[in-house]
Amino acid sequence: MAEFLQLVFSGLTVGVVYALVAMGFTLVYNASDVINFAQGDFVMIGGMGTVFLASAGIALPLAALIAVLAAVVVGLLLHRLAIEPARRATPVTLIMITIGASIFIKGVALIAFDKQFHSLPAFSGSDPIAVAGATILPQSLWVASGALALFAGLSLFLKKTLLGKALLATAANRLAARLVGINVAAILALAFGVSAAIGAVAGILVTPITLTRYDVGTLFALKGFAAAMVGGMGHPFGAIAGGLAIGLLEAFGAGYVSSTYKDAVAFLAILLVLFVMPRGLFGGRSVERV
Amino acid sequence: MGTTIVRRWMLRAAAVSTAVSAVVLHAGGSGALAAEPIRIGAVLSVTGSAAFLGDPEAKTLKIYVDEINRKGGLLGRPVQLVLYDDGGDANKARTFATRLVGDNKVIAMVGGTGTGTTLAMMPVFEEAEIPFVSLAGGIEIVEPARPFVFKTPHTDKTACQKVFEDMKLRGFTKIALISGTDGFGKSMRNQCLKVTGDYGISILADESYGPADADMTPQLNKIKNTAGVQAVLNPGFGQGPAIVTRNYAQLGISLPFYQSHGVASKSFIELAGSAAEGVRLPAPALLVADKLAPEDKQKAVVSEYKKTYETATGQPVSTFGGYAFDGIQLLVKAIERAKSVDPRAIRDELEATRDYVGVTGIYTMAPNDHLGLGAESFRMLEIKGGEWVPAAQPR
Repeated sequence: MAEFLQLVFSGLTVGVVYALVAMGFTLVYNASDVINFAQGDFVMIGGMGTVFLASAGIALPLAALIAVLAAVVVGLLLHRLAIEPARRATPVTLIMITIGASIFIKGVALIAFDKQFHSLPAFSGSDPIAVAGATILPQSLWVASGALALFAGLSLFLKKTLLGKALLATAANRLAARLVGINVAAILALAFGVSAAIGAVAGILVTPITLTRYDVGTLFALKGFAAAMVGGMGHPFGAIAGGLAIGLLEAFGAGYVSSTYKDAVAFLAILLVLFVMPRGLFGGRSVERV
Repeated sequence: MGTTIVRRWMLRAAAVSTAVSAVVLHAGGSGALAAEPIRIGAVLSVTGSAAFLGDPEAKTLKIYVDEINRKGGLLGRPVQLVLYDDGGDANKARTFATRLVGDNKVIAMVGGTGTGTTLAMMPVFEEAEIPFVSLAGGIEIVEPARPFVFKTPHTDKTACQKVFEDMKLRGFTKIALISGTDGFGKSMRNQCLKVTGDYGISILADESYGPADADMTPQLNKIKNTAGVQAVLNPGFGQGPAIVTRNYAQLGISLPFYQSHGVASKSFIELAGSAAEGVRLPAPALLVADKLAPEDKQKAVVSEYKKTYETATGQPVSTFGGYAFDGIQLLVKAIERAKSVDPRAIRDELEATRDYVGVTGIYTMAPNDHLGLGAESFRMLEIKGGEWVPAAQPR
C-alpha cells in the first residue's frame, strides 16, 4: 500500500508538470490552431530567469515576477516576429516555425545564461512529508496548488470574460470573429502571452524539483504535447487529465513493470488511447473545424 | 541569380567559420620560433551538449601550448595547436579529423571529447598512422588496444573497481544499482556487472532511469523494498544523479550511497544540496588538491595545474581539463624522448610511457594498455559539510 501511494505521489508530481505545459499548448492551439513547440522553452525561461535574477541578488518573489514578464515578452515577440508575418501559412508551416523559434530561444539562452544545470531553493523547505508510509515533498504541493490555480484561472478567463470568449470565438472561426469586430491579431498575441506566463510560472514552481538548464524545454514540450494529445488537444481539462495520466503511467510503469520500459509503457498507453479515441479523452464532443 | 548570391554568401560564411574555428596559436619572440612549427591537432566539443567537457579541455590545451612556446618551444621549434570545435557531432569530428591529417599535416592529435566523436575519428588516425590521444571515457577506445590510439581519462571499469574495493572493505556484498540509460550510465553499468565477481559482490536490484527524468522515486522505492540490500551505486552523469540523490533522501533510505566519477564536480553538491551528505564516490586527486597529503606523489602536479588553470581562466578547475593536461603532457614528453616529429617514433615513445605523474593519475603504458591507469588513480571521497573529503578507510 505504501509503495502504491509512493508511486501515486511520484506520478502526480511529474504529471502536474506535464499538465501545466499541456495547458499552454491548449491555449495557443485554441486561439490559432498552432501547436507551439516553443511552449517548453517558456518553462525554461521561467526557471532559468528566476535562478539568474535571484543569484544577482534580487529577492526570489521579485525575480520570479520579472522572469514571468520576460517570458511574456518572449511569447509576444514570438507571435509578432514569427507567427504574425506568416499568418496565411498553413498550421503545419506555423508549427515548423515554432520549432525553429524553440531552437533559437535555446541558442540565445545558452549564450545569455550558461550550460550548467541550476536549482532553486524549495519554497517551504525540503523535509519530506510522510503520509501512510510514503513521502511527498512540500514543493510538490506547491506545484499542484499552482497548477490548480492556473487551471481555475484559465477556465474562468475563457468562459466568463469577454476577452476569453473572444479568444474562443477566434478559435472557432477566424473570419466570423473578425466580422463581429474582434481584433484577431490582438487575440492571438494575447494567447501567446498568457501561455508564456503559464509556462514560466510552471518553470518556477518545478525548478526546485526537476532542476533547469537552457535545453530542458524540449523534454517538457514533448511530454506536454503527449499530455495534450491524450487529453484531447484544445481542452483545458483534458490537458490536466492527460498530464496526470502520463505521469502516473510512467510511475507505475517504472514501479511495477520495469524501469527500462518506463517510457515505453507510457507511450503504449498513449497509442492505445489514441487508437480507441482519436480525439483524446476529452475531445469526443469537439466540433470539426473547417 | 538569387541562388548564386545565396550560394556565394554561404561559401563566404563557410570560409569565415573555418577560419574562426581553426584557432591557431603561436607566440612570437625567441629566435627558435622562426623554425617551421610542430603542428598538434585537436578536435573538441567546445560547444554543444558536451561543452562543459570540451570547454575546459580547449582552454587547458591553449594555456599549455602557449607555455611551451614561451619556454622556447619543443625540439627548438614552436608548437602550433590546430583546434576545431565539433559541437559534439561525430560527423563533424570525422570531417575535421580528415582535415587535420590531409590539410593541416598534424604530427599528433589530442582530443576527442566524447566517446562517440573519438570512435568516429579513430579510423582516420589509424589509417594515417598518426598518434591520437583521446580525452574520452569509454573503454572501447583502448580495448582492444589499437596501435595509434591512446587515452588519458579513467575508464568506467576502474571506477567500478574502486567502488567495489571500498564496498568490500566495509563488508558490503549485496548491493543495488540504479543507472542512467545514457551512454555513460549504460557503459558503466555493464563494466560494473563484469567485475562484480572479482569482489564477491552480487546485485540484488538493477534499476534504470532516463537521463532527463525528473523523478526517480519509483525506482528507488523498489530498491528500498528489496530485502538484503546493503549499499546502492548510481552510475550516471549530468543532473540525473543529483535528482536520484535528492529522491534517496526524500524516501529516507539510510543505506550507504555511492555515486560515480561522472558527478565529480562542484555542481553536483550544489544541485543535490543537503541530500548529498555522506555520499561516496571515486574521483581523481584534482578534486581534493588542497587536501592531499604532502607526501602524495600527485600533489605537486595537481596543485600546479589547478593554480595555472584558475589564474588563466578565472574559473574553477575541472577533471576534464585535467585529461587535456595529461594528454598534451604525455605527447610533449613522448616527442622530447623521441627527439623527432616522426609520428611513428612518437607513437613508440607514448607506448613506452612509464610512471608519468599526471593530474589524473600515474600513467604506465604497455603495448596492450594504452591508458595505463589502475584503480589506485582514483581516490574514494565522501561529501561532508558540502565539501569533498577523502573517505575514511575502514579497518
